[in-house]
Amino acid sequence: MKYIDEYRDPQVAREYAAALARVATRPWSIMEVCGGQTHAIVRFGIDQLLPQGITLAHGPGCPVCVTPLEVIDKAHEIARRPGVIFASFGDMLRVPGSRGDLLTAKAQGADVRIVLSPLDAVQLARDNPAREVVFLGVGFETTAPATALAIAAADRGNLRNFFMLVSHVLVPPAMEAILSSPNNTVQGFLAAGHVCAVMGWRDYEPLAKKYGVPIVVTGFEPLDILQGIYMCVKQLEEGRAEVENQYSRAVRREGNLPARELIGEIFRVVPRQWRGIGEIGASGLGLRERYARFDAELRFGVAGVRVEEPAECMSGLILQGVSKPQECPAFATRCTPERPLGATMVSSEGACAAYYRYRRAAAEVSR
Amino acid sequence: MSDFTLSCPIPISDTPQIMLAHGGGGRLMNTLIRKMFISAFDNPLLAAAHDGAVFVSPGGRLAFTTDSYVVRPLFFPGGDIGALAVNGTVNDLAMCGARPIHLSAGFILEEGFSMETLWRVVLSMAQAARRAGIDIVTGDTKVVEHGKGDGIFINTAGLGAIAHDRRIGPASVKSGDVILLSGDLGRHGIAVLAARAELALESSVESDCAPLAAPVQALLDSGAEVHCLRDLTRGGLASAVIEVAETSRIDARLDERSIAVSDPVRSACELLGFDPLYVANEGRFAAWVAARDASRALAALQALPETRAAAIIGTMTGPGNGAVTIRGALGLERAIDMLSGEQLPRIC
Repeated sequence: MKYIDEYRDPQVAREYAAALARVATRPWSIMEVCGGQTHAIVRFGIDQLLPQGITLAHGPGCPVCVTPLEVIDKAHEIARRPGVIFASFGDMLRVPGSRGDLLTAKAQGADVRIVLSPLDAVQLARDNPAREVVFLGVGFETTAPATALAIAAADRGNLRNFFMLVSHVLVPPAMEAILSSPNNTVQGFLAAGHVCAVMGWRDYEPLAKKYGVPIVVTGFEPLDILQGIYMCVKQLEEGRAEVENQYSRAVRREGNLPARELIGEIFRVVPRQWRGIGEIGASGLGLRERYARFDAELRFGVAGVRVEEPAECMSGLILQGVSKPQECPAFATRCTPERPLGATMVSSEGACAAYYRYRRAAAEVSR
Repeated sequence: MSDFTLSCPIPISDTPQIMLAHGGGGRLMNTLIRKMFISAFDNPLLAAAHDGAVFVSPGGRLAFTTDSYVVRPLFFPGGDIGALAVNGTVNDLAMCGARPIHLSAGFILEEGFSMETLWRVVLSMAQAARRAGIDIVTGDTKVVEHGKGDGIFINTAGLGAIAHDRRIGPASVKSGDVILLSGDLGRHGIAVLAARAELALESSVESDCAPLAAPVQALLDSGAEVHCLRDLTRGGLASAVIEVAETSRIDARLDERSIAVSDPVRSACELLGFDPLYVANEGRFAAWVAARDASRALAALQALPETRAAAIIGTMTGPGNGAVTIRGALGLERAIDMLSGEQLPRIC
C-alpha cells in the first residue's frame, strides 16, 4: 500500500539499525511521547532492532490513558440521563471509570454512539433536535482542531442541543513535567508527529534549551521511528540538544496555522488532571467563556465530580517512563485488558495493553 | 426450480408490513408461509407443509450445527442477512468436513417489518441455498411486538453428510502441520462497518460472504491429509489460529507477509486502528494440513476461482502452551493473543 509499505521495508530497517549501532557509543534513554509510536514499536518489534544500551521509555501520549477517572465518571453520569445521546470516539468506551465504562452504561440503556469525527456528533444533534447530544472531547493537539471545528459548526448553526465534555490535553507541559521530575531518566524525546503537524515545534525549542535534551519530531511508521531514534542518538553523542524534524513530509515549524487559529478561537489553556500523574498547570484546553453554553459540565452540573485513582495502579510511573509495564506486580495478574486497574491497560495504545498483547505470550514461551 | 418473481408475492395492498397475526397461526401466517417461504425455497420436503421434514438418512456420520444471525444493516455491499444465514451455517458444516444437505430456517420478525424487505431477504436466502446446493426443508416464523426486535433475526440449523472417515478438528492437529489460508482477510468486517450510516466511513470494500463447501470438498478430494478446518468469522484469523493452538496445545508460527489483505481493507484498518488479523470474514477459512501434502492441498484450492489466492501462512511448530507468534513486516516476531472484545475505532 502506497505511503505505508515504503516505511516498513525490512532491509532499510536493518540498515538504520546498523547505522544506529555505529553512532551509539554509550547507553541512552529515549522517550517516545505518543501512544501510536509505542504501539508501532511493540507491534513491529523495533526495540529488538536497537543496539544494547539504547532503551525506549514509553511516554504519556495516549489520550485514552491520561483522561482522568473523573471525566469518565462525568461521561457515565451524563450518558445515563434520559434524552441524552452520548457520542464518543470508539476506544474511550472501554475505559473504566469508578462506576464502570461507557459500554456498561450502554448495556444499561444509555444511548451511547461511536463516531469517527466530532462533526458526526454535530450532525447527530441536527438530526435529533428533541434530544441532547453530548460529545466527549478528549485527546491531544491532534484531535483539538476537529473538536474546535465541531463547536464552531454548532455555534454557526445555532444548535441548542449540542454539548461537549472537554478534557483536551497538551503535550509540551507533560514533557516539562517529566523533565523537571527528580525521578527523570529521559535523555531525549521523539515528539509526536501528528501533534506537531497541528502545532509545529516552536513550543519545544525552549524545552530543548532549558533541559538540554534533543527532541526529534517523529512519524509513526517503523522507518520513521528508527530514523527518529537515530537522529536523537546522534545529537546525544554529539552533545547537541536541538529540535529536529524527522517527519518532514507532514510537519512544518509553524504547524498548521488555520488549525492553530481555530483552536485559539474556541479554547483557552487551563490546568488539567492527568490520569496517573495528577494536575499539571496550563496543560489542557477548556472552552472559552463565549462558548460556555456548549459546556456539558455546566449544562449537566457535573463539574464537582472528584474520584480517587486505585492505589495499586502504577500507570503514573509508566506514563512518565520511570517503570515498564512488566515491573508492575499487578501486570497480567490483577490487571488485564478484561479487568484493567488503570487506563494504560485499557487503550489499545496504552503501554500496558501493548505489552500484554504482544509480549506476554512471548514471555511465557521463553520461561 | 421455479422462476422467481422479483416483486413481493404478498401484495402491498394486502399487508405491506409484518403484523402480529403473521405469527399467530391463522390465515395470515399460512399465506406468508405458502406464498413467501414455500414458493421461494421451493423443494418437495418443504412443500409437504408438515410439522417437520422427513427424509432418508444418507448413512454414515452426520454433522449438525446451528447459528443465529443478527446484523446491522440488513443489506451491505457483497451480502445481506439472508445470504449470511445460509452461507454461515453451510460453512460451519463444511468446517466439519461435511457436505451440507439440509437447512432449517427460523425467522423472528418484528411487528411493522416491511414485507418487501422480508421478500428481498428470502430471495437472497433462496439464491444462496441454490449456490451452495442445499435445500431449506423446514422452518418457523415468530412475530414479536414492535420495539421488541431489530426488524429480523434469522436462525438456521444445518445437517451435513460426512462421506469419509477422517477426524477433522483441533484434536487431530499435529506438530509440523502447515496452515493454509483460503484468500484475503477482512472484507466482511470492513464492508459491514462502512455500511453503518452512523460511522461515516467511505469504502469500496465488499463482503466476502460465500459458501465454502466446494473448496473444502476440493481439498478433501485432493487426497491431502486435512487435520482441521476453521472459518474465520468473528475474531478473524488470529482468534481461530489461537483457539486451535490452545486446544491442541501445539504452538503456531505465522508469517504476516504471506497473509493477503487488500489495499482498501488495509487503508480502512490503518484509519480505524484495526488489525486485519482480527477482522471478521464470511467466506474465508484456514486449513491445517500434513506438511507433506501442503503443495497438493494448495494446488487444489488455487484451482478454484473463489480460493485462487490461497496461500500457506504458517506452521504448527511443536508441543507447548498453544502460543502463537507472527513474523511481521520487518521480519521480527511478536506474540499474538485473543482480544478481550470487539476492536473499537481509535481516537487518532
